[in-house]
Amino acid sequence: MALGLTLVFGVLKILNIAHGSFYAVGAYAAASFVGWFAAAGLPPWTSIVALLLASVAVAALLAPLVERGLLRVFYGRDEVLLVLVTYALFLILEDATKLLWGANPYFVSAPYALFGNVQVGAQSYVGYDFALIAVAVACGLGVWWGLNRTRTGKVVLAVIHSAEIASSMGVNVSRVYTFAFMFGIFLAALGGALTAPMISVQPGLSVSVVIVSFAVVIIGGLGSIEGAAAGALIVGLARALAVHTWPPAELFSIYLAMAVVLVFRPEGLFQRVKARRI
Amino acid sequence: MKRTVLSGLSLTAIFLITGLLLPKWLQFLCTMAAANGVVSLGIVLLMRGGVVSFGQGLVFAGGGYAAALLSNKLGVTDALLLTAAGGAAAVLMAAPFAALLARYRGIFFAMLTLALSMVLYGVLVKTDALGGSDGFNMHRPTLLGMRIADAWSGYALYAIAVCVCGLLGTAARVYFDSARGLVSLAVRENELRVEYLGASVARVMAANFILAAFLGGAGGALAIMALGHIEPNFSYWTTSGEFVFVAILAGHYSVLAAFAASFLLELVRSFSSSYFPNTWQMALGIFLLVVIRFFPRGLGSLLKK
Amino acid sequence: MNVLKATRLNKHFDGVVAAEAVSIDIAAGERVGLIGSNGAGKTTFVNMITGYLKPDAGAIEFDGTDIAALGPREIMRLGVARSFQVPQLCAEMRVIDNMIVAAACGGEALSFWRPAQTDGARARAVQLLERFALAGHAGRRVAELPGGVRKLLDIAMALTRRPRLLLLDEPTSGVSVEEKFPMMDTVMAGIEGEAAGEAGEAGSAGTAVLFVEHDMEIVMRYASRVVAFYSGRILADGAPAAVLADADVRRHVTGGLK
Repeated sequence: MALGLTLVFGVLKILNIAHGSFYAVGAYAAASFVGWFAAAGLPPWTSIVALLLASVAVAALLAPLVERGLLRVFYGRDEVLLVLVTYALFLILEDATKLLWGANPYFVSAPYALFGNVQVGAQSYVGYDFALIAVAVACGLGVWWGLNRTRTGKVVLAVIHSAEIASSMGVNVSRVYTFAFMFGIFLAALGGALTAPMISVQPGLSVSVVIVSFAVVIIGGLGSIEGAAAGALIVGLARALAVHTWPPAELFSIYLAMAVVLVFRPEGLFQRVKARRI
Repeated sequence: MKRTVLSGLSLTAIFLITGLLLPKWLQFLCTMAAANGVVSLGIVLLMRGGVVSFGQGLVFAGGGYAAALLSNKLGVTDALLLTAAGGAAAVLMAAPFAALLARYRGIFFAMLTLALSMVLYGVLVKTDALGGSDGFNMHRPTLLGMRIADAWSGYALYAIAVCVCGLLGTAARVYFDSARGLVSLAVRENELRVEYLGASVARVMAANFILAAFLGGAGGALAIMALGHIEPNFSYWTTSGEFVFVAILAGHYSVLAAFAASFLLELVRSFSSSYFPNTWQMALGIFLLVVIRFFPRGLGSLLKK
Repeated sequence: MNVLKATRLNKHFDGVVAAEAVSIDIAAGERVGLIGSNGAGKTTFVNMITGYLKPDAGAIEFDGTDIAALGPREIMRLGVARSFQVPQLCAEMRVIDNMIVAAACGGEALSFWRPAQTDGARARAVQLLERFALAGHAGRRVAELPGGVRKLLDIAMALTRRPRLLLLDEPTSGVSVEEKFPMMDTVMAGIEGEAAGEAGEAGSAGTAVLFVEHDMEIVMRYASRVVAFYSGRILADGAPAAVLADADVRRHVTGGLK
């Protein structure tokens, strides 16, 4: 999730409040897809495919619409203004999802049981959780590799560095923007789709998740891939630590970490963006 | 400046009188609009300096909880006193961060204020003494030593809100027209030049932050007196988001616009929950986009022309 | 009495010598042109005087006060002002508001409630605008103004608090050939006008003006003294004709000698 957010920020310089909404849409879409697959009588293992397809569908359908139809109108304007635009988008998507899928919760159980249980020492863990971690790591590595080792990736990096210079060198910047946004949304939707089996998919998903991803991205550094990974790790650890040592701190530990990072090292742990402060 | 004070007084008087004629539900709507309008006015104040706070919930909740606690635990029930106390409490909460936040701009300012308000939210939710995530109710406030009769409670709160808004709104207008207010606008445009002309940008921004905090806290106290109930949600980011929405809608030129925008939001909110429960947020979102696209300086800029 | 006394200023960045043993004395009312190719040390010197940079060694005294350790804001309040090569203005505000802001910033503590747009403030602003032939633009937004007008406004704003020392950073850069002399005439007239209008102010022999310039015609016409920089050192310091004829200056600054 954070990976997508930081990618969108790095390339388009937009901090996307609606990112969580795409996560939710991904989750809902996943619920639908899995439902359809099951109704079609397909075996349970295909539910994984359903999840993936759902994310791709969301990205392919929504992303170009949003990017071209909406964000493009406001490019070049103040960064906070763009955040407000994404806030408006968030409001719109909140209701859109409610309209499309209704207010009742969905349960996507099929994929969760697929990986069975794993014995580690005395504890029994659900295999799905491990698979999820594996996917997250794979995504992170994949994006890193894609950016640094492939030709397209290098073009994207150029745009991240300076859209103006890249454009004067012949790069089709608007296409890079569309692509980056689509990929970022795909990651958000994927996050939602893969998490769907673990939770109940209902309205309000996007609200809580987007703030956490903000925290992750701020801690790691806006625009930095390694930062997103590090940030996610730190947030997860902070939360776990809080739950074990001082439960009341669980909720605010994340935001406290975010505040601390902003105070002492606003650029995040892996600097990419110079913090706008005096 | 005299003109400002006079118009403030007359507007307050007009609203006080018309309030007597309004149906109860509209009175309540206006009361909430007024309370929330004060909070959004704080954001407008900050916007004049060039920064947008996504954490006004911090002071909104801070003021609200302070007022509620003073009322329930310490027996302070006078409405006007509680409003002032809410503002003061908010200032106390914001003061340690003012100097720090004065150095941030853009997204980082927004994120830091957001983080702070979310920290408070987290603390409030987990603090059972304060009711945890359910919050708690507040005793009925009194006015100038007198208990407010049930039949009059709606109007009384309305009147209190209108008077406080009149006072704070007028004060805000005076501030906007003052030297500091003008320099704030200059900071928004070119803070380098302001420094090189001899003014301390950091001090101006810090002062603005504290003033905005007072407005947020006073508004919070008013809101909770009107609602009778407070909960951690007051500090959640979506609450802050709504205040920002109103501030953007209003623009940073007009105090009246802030209250008008707040009223608009309350109107939409209350009508939609009856008629369009599933689309009012979407409507707000679209509305916000239209405003950003076509009236980037807010509706207040229309008034300015 | 010297308005500015810089003594043996040294400054270097990672091995690059930006200033070495720079010593300059400026008297009240002098018009000094600072010349030198890019990177010669003129900007470093200006930045040290205005408090943006701290010298590694040496002393700077303004009107007898040691300013080497002070920041831009304090130095401005002592009576130094500068204009900018790219005019630094509040684009969305009107010309007259920019002037009022300039006056307010350099004044006493900013008031929380006293109106900014008083008759007195506006009158003072208009007075200064008139000296710079800008009064006609008073009500217009800066964003609508052409470049030359903006440059003039930038300088006018710097003069609001009647500084004893004014630094102009490439005042004619970006100004067309036909416009540059009229513009500089207006600038100098504006400065003189301010000094003349300053009746009663103690020690007002007028504002000392340092201007960084690449245009030698401007330097010849408006400077009573020229200081040439090269590699962080002062190459020559004296009357314009003499300095510009100096062999070293011609070799390293103005060209013409290989």
